[in-house]
Amino acid sequence: MDFEPSEEQALIVDQVRRLVREEVWPLEAKLDPDASRLEPEDHARLVGKTRAMGLYGLGIPPEFGGPDVDIVTQTLIAVETAQHRAGLYSPCFGAFGGAGLAQLYEANEDQKERYLFPMLRGEKRGFFGLTEPSGGSDPARAIRTKAVRDGDTWVITGAKIFISGADGADFGIVFARTDAEKGRGGITCFIVDADTPGFYVRRVVHTLRSGHYGTELQFEDARVPHANVLGEVNRGFAIANDRLTRQRIPYAAGCLGVAVRAQEMAIAYAKQRETFGAALSTRQAIQWMVVDNEIDIRTARWAILAAACKAARGEPFRTEAAMAKLLASEGASRVVDRAIQIHGGYGVTKDLPLERWYREMRIRRIGEGPSEVQRIVMARDLFDQALY
Amino acid sequence: MGVRLDKPWRVLTAEAVADLPAELGVFQLGDSAGEVVRIGYAGGRTLFGLRSELEAALAKREAAMFRTEVTSQYMSRYEELLMVHAADHGQLPPGNAAEARRRLGRLSPG
Repeated sequence: MDFEPSEEQALIVDQVRRLVREEVWPLEAKLDPDASRLEPEDHARLVGKTRAMGLYGLGIPPEFGGPDVDIVTQTLIAVETAQHRAGLYSPCFGAFGGAGLAQLYEANEDQKERYLFPMLRGEKRGFFGLTEPSGGSDPARAIRTKAVRDGDTWVITGAKIFISGADGADFGIVFARTDAEKGRGGITCFIVDADTPGFYVRRVVHTLRSGHYGTELQFEDARVPHANVLGEVNRGFAIANDRLTRQRIPYAAGCLGVAVRAQEMAIAYAKQRETFGAALSTRQAIQWMVVDNEIDIRTARWAILAAACKAARGEPFRTEAAMAKLLASEGASRVVDRAIQIHGGYGVTKDLPLERWYREMRIRRIGEGPSEVQRIVMARDLFDQALY
Repeated sequence: MGVRLDKPWRVLTAEAVADLPAELGVFQLGDSAGEVVRIGYAGGRTLFGLRSELEAALAKREAAMFRTEVTSQYMSRYEELLMVHAADHGQLPPGNAAEARRRLGRLSPG
């Protein structure tokens, strides 16, 4: 596959690249190296610019007010928006908005009024509650949080872990087991209001990311109305699975963006830094690192765009998305590691973004399904059967 | 590491501050009764980490006492301490009132 962006795509990419380099980089230079948030007035100013570009709300379907930007262009944009210090997990500090909890587009009209539209207007925030202390890679079996029907309500009991944003959310999408005998066919998705009695955010879970944290949640007989079942009872796994597949493409694109920026830095530094009377760039050891970086970058780029193009054509893209996620997260980890090696001691200081990317990129090989699960997904498709 | 920063308070003096490591971390400032007046962190842009932050607090006579915790997760730990304080006391320490302009999370640490 040979991919060349269209004239319009190239124009958009150029606009976004300039926004990142001319607006985001200077703002970031004033922040703590681990910061994931801008001052409110700076954030509002950036949002004003993305609105003016017609790109605010990427990922929101046009019928719900989002810009009419196809998934391939969105992927190209995601590669650009990640190219700053906080960009892996906070691309442009959220200035492009986002789809929020995409599962809510499948909600019924009443649920859309109560949750989706307020979320799109920025009035309500939600969290995605899937992973549990018993595991996250095999949600069909690991989910032990249970929900038992009691008249017009469901009583939820259990725990979730590594949940982002639950402490500041107004509601969450929570997956619970509603039929112990049915495996993946016994999971239901609920919309849980954060002020529901019996719902608690118990603790912060600190990770390699200092500027962001996960949380641990507890449900102690939390009563949720039946009207808050998202989709159908016992059909919640499909909702979770669909999200995991779709999310892999932008997730991979973010990794690629950071790798591209790390490579730029490595090349610039190698040209400038001298050792034993000559520039690093003249040393074969350094040249090979840069070449290996480029191989990883181009491999990931090819895989990501292949997945995005298939998704754009409406074809099945599960294998392609899994391959893109695996190649990008593992390849970008190697790129950042080599870039640090080329920078020497400076590479591991907080003066440069490389050490933050090194820490955060490690998480990318686990988040949204670890590399091993991506291989399971691909193997399942290759053998055309459910392996487990 | 507990959820709360419950180390013993130290008197905020030039000698005590000079003893501090130039490390990244979080700190609490307290009044003479042991009430927290501000929670802060020494991040990646501080010149000498916790020592620099506490020197600044001493120069401004912000507090009578202090306690620190060295951690590279200083930002998430800082947020956690703010949320725990809000859960325990119903409000943020007076020196962190400006944090109210952004939306802080809620914890029920038990």
